[in-house]
Amino acid sequence: MGGGIVGASIAFGLARSGERVVLLDEGDIAFRASRGNFALVWVQSKGLALPPYAAWTQQSAAEWHELARILLDETGIDVAHSQPGGFTLCLSQKEVDARLNKLKQFHNLPGVAQFPYEILDHDEVKRRLPDIGNKVVGAVYSPLDGHANPLLLMRSLHNYLTIKGAEYRPAHAVDSIQTEADGFRLKGSWGEIRTAKLILAAGLGNARLAPMVGLEAPVKPSRGQLIVTEKTTPFLHNPMVTIRQTNEGGILIGDSKEEAGFENVTGTGVLSVMADRAMQMFPRLRHLNVVRTWSALRVMSPDGFPIYDQTNSGPPAFVTSCHSGITLAGVHAITLGPALSQTSRLPEILTAFTPKRFHVPAHQ
Amino acid sequence: MNRIEELDGVAERYDLVIVGAGPAGLAAATEASKLGLSTLLADENSGPGGQIYRAITVTPVQERDVLGTSYWQGLGLAKELETTSCDYAPRTIVWSGEPARDDTGQLIEPPGFEIGLSKDGKARLIQARRLILATGALERPFPIPGWTLPGVMTAGAAQIALKASGLVPQGRTVLAGSGPLLLLLADQLKRAGANIIAVLDTTPKGNLISALPLLPDFCRSSYAVYGAKLLAKSRLSLPVRQNVSDLKIDGHDRAEGISFRRNGQEQRIECDQVLLHQGVIPNINMANALGCALQWDGQLHAWTPTVDGWLESTVPGIAIAGDGAGIAGAASAAVRGRIVAVAAAATLGRIDHKTRDRLAAPLKKEAMRLARGRRFIDTLYRPGPDLLRPKDPSTIICRCEEIRVGQIRDIVRDLHVQGPNQLKAYLRTGMGPCQGRMCGPSVIELIAEQRGVPVPEVGHLRLRMPVKPITLEEIASMPQSRAAKNAVMR
Amino acid sequence: MFRPISKRLSQSDDQSGARGDQTLEFTFDGRRMFGRAGDSLAVSLLANGVEAFRETPVSGAKRGPYCLMGVCFDCLVVVDGVGNRQACLTPLQQNMVVETQHGARNVDSLEKTGQ
Repeated sequence: MGGGIVGASIAFGLARSGERVVLLDEGDIAFRASRGNFALVWVQSKGLALPPYAAWTQQSAAEWHELARILLDETGIDVAHSQPGGFTLCLSQKEVDARLNKLKQFHNLPGVAQFPYEILDHDEVKRRLPDIGNKVVGAVYSPLDGHANPLLLMRSLHNYLTIKGAEYRPAHAVDSIQTEADGFRLKGSWGEIRTAKLILAAGLGNARLAPMVGLEAPVKPSRGQLIVTEKTTPFLHNPMVTIRQTNEGGILIGDSKEEAGFENVTGTGVLSVMADRAMQMFPRLRHLNVVRTWSALRVMSPDGFPIYDQTNSGPPAFVTSCHSGITLAGVHAITLGPALSQTSRLPEILTAFTPKRFHVPAHQ
Repeated sequence: MNRIEELDGVAERYDLVIVGAGPAGLAAATEASKLGLSTLLADENSGPGGQIYRAITVTPVQERDVLGTSYWQGLGLAKELETTSCDYAPRTIVWSGEPARDDTGQLIEPPGFEIGLSKDGKARLIQARRLILATGALERPFPIPGWTLPGVMTAGAAQIALKASGLVPQGRTVLAGSGPLLLLLADQLKRAGANIIAVLDTTPKGNLISALPLLPDFCRSSYAVYGAKLLAKSRLSLPVRQNVSDLKIDGHDRAEGISFRRNGQEQRIECDQVLLHQGVIPNINMANALGCALQWDGQLHAWTPTVDGWLESTVPGIAIAGDGAGIAGAASAAVRGRIVAVAAAATLGRIDHKTRDRLAAPLKKEAMRLARGRRFIDTLYRPGPDLLRPKDPSTIICRCEEIRVGQIRDIVRDLHVQGPNQLKAYLRTGMGPCQGRMCGPSVIELIAEQRGVPVPEVGHLRLRMPVKPITLEEIASMPQSRAAKNAVMR
Repeated sequence: MFRPISKRLSQSDDQSGARGDQTLEFTFDGRRMFGRAGDSLAVSLLANGVEAFRETPVSGAKRGPYCLMGVCFDCLVVVDGVGNRQACLTPLQQNMVVETQHGARNVDSLEKTGQ
């Protein structure tokens, strides 16, 4: 359930493994986090408070290449994936120090999958990114960071599913799920459907759906706003965590987080702060025309990390939820989907992501 | 009237901000000022008049017969505004309108709007208690092969060149499409000395039969006499060819000829300029971006903003006047402009409800009178399916991103696309600077065709500000509240 | 190509109107052209026989103005070094330097001139 990036990536893996897959989705107007993301395949700074997330993320960044290759071969669509390395630019020494601290803590954790990174001062950043502004004090660079075209990714994934005989059913919001002896019965205003295996990848909808099969997904919306500029001649080949140039030429600027309920509108205040910072990072951006602003609701768990869970008895049902659907598309498609097909169990590494972790008192 | 040349000259707050200085905006601004509201009229052009009364105060076409008496009626509206104390800001773009909030992000009391203005690369936010959108109409897209070639423009464009600058197309000019404006323009251009070699009328044959029952109503309307005169004149003096279909414009780097089908025969005319027109529809982009709900007008066959009896939209404090709320022509636009001004004055406590109703009663009656006969016009000139849902797969639909009919049909079919927002995500239709103004209606038609559902079921694009592009620098110059900073710098 | 309507239909020789018949000079891709004060840049270019204003970023196709009222975004040109300006919303100015918008907007040159 759920035709966004997470659902489609997992469906890719299942269909590739020969499963008969039906993907249920809502209509044209739905929250659709998959339409409002930044398209980063991002590794640096992930997993500090939950080390298995670092490993899962790095595995995904590696498996992304295979996903892109298969999609190109089978659908003819190049999803413009590249891993040129990414930068987190800092506009003050305070920002640099904060990042440095986080990285040191991470480095000191035993047995954690480390990612390669460099701390760069202004001159070194300027050497690598000549268009950087004077206000950039430093940056954290990791060669593992990359980006893709999320719209082409969606199109290509859905194309692949069609080719593999998977069925995509829009306007199929589900009202109720009943567990039966050999599977699940899903009902909606469109009728009903029965399935042996059920995967809930419905983003914010998981909060309502998971309890129907005895699971939980305590996710809430976290609004992120985006600025999109007109197309400009290519000059930015590396993604920044808050700025990237798409393969079509437009510049995407983020990154904000607001608890604003389910209102996905944009506001000049937040946009102004983001625009201001972007201009300080790359002064040449200031004259570009903004042609669109956008906002989307991240699917946010209480600690910000993904939720993966499964039923332990009866027919298999799984809940999957994250707000890094693009980054994790690699591992969802190449590892998770096939695992759910072959073993009907979540891979061992994902036990750390059970929502039961929210019931344990936080360690101070 | 105070003409404001620098953005700094605009006040921090007004009772009323009106967007668009066409007939609706001019009338609203005049009426509101007279009723004692502090008013700003903002418009992106350098002079008042909007499109229908374009350049009314400065047109070089002084021989009145050329543009016709309807056009010259606009001069009275412009002159009337000049007698008021209204602030008028030409060459000023309104790019956003959000409910005003305080530094912590809470809505202020009494409620108001923060309105983003832009002029000459500078932006400002000002406050207003109420907002009137009078952004008018634009032409229905005319997607045929070759419509993006240089040398192809809309009928409206030719009118603007004539009204504002006294220019006519130089060479062999062909007009194509349907609707009263097409004949009106052909007539104006001919009087102005243009070489009109053909007027290709694409009005579907069956439309007259559907429209006949509505003819009596039309005959009683204000359009009847004018329309009958125009029709009669055009038949005699213009080279009109009716029942034309399968239009195609050809040319290498510019328009060189137009071919079409008529009476079962393929024909081609060599030409230098093609002017296209198949009616006008409300320009809904600002209403949409500001959160106003839209509804489908089946008679007009277009999305229009939902408004109540006082022309207030679904966003409290935003009213919509003129063709932007529904096509009914310039005279009606002025009347509706006065209605929203009266309503605003009452809401803001300048006049009581009794006065409001007394002032509005004749206006509402007049608006109804002017609406009579529209059904006939809308039905008679409803574009045929081939011009709403082009058959030729090579026809460009999204001009900005150069997406064609074939691509759209394929993706809608293969990926079960439900609506234009989903299609935008797959194909980029609507992602260019025009923000769907040129392609939105066509995209919706093609999806409806594939899905086999009525057009309104497909929905419409969801837009957000900026309503017109502004620079990153301008956005960065906007006030940054504590709440906004916290959302970004974490 | 557009041309002025005949004199007898237009404003007479007396300069009492708000705008006279003031002629302005400008350049387009280096070619010297003349236009009238009060006209938009788009119409001035059309009057000088210019039909293609830009090449699209997607395919390089030639485009000229379509709507002349600011909604089609096809009349984009470079004005005094600033790209993607809508010519129909830009009033003609004396000594304006106008160029074809070749593909996507380039902001490099602005940085160099410190604008």
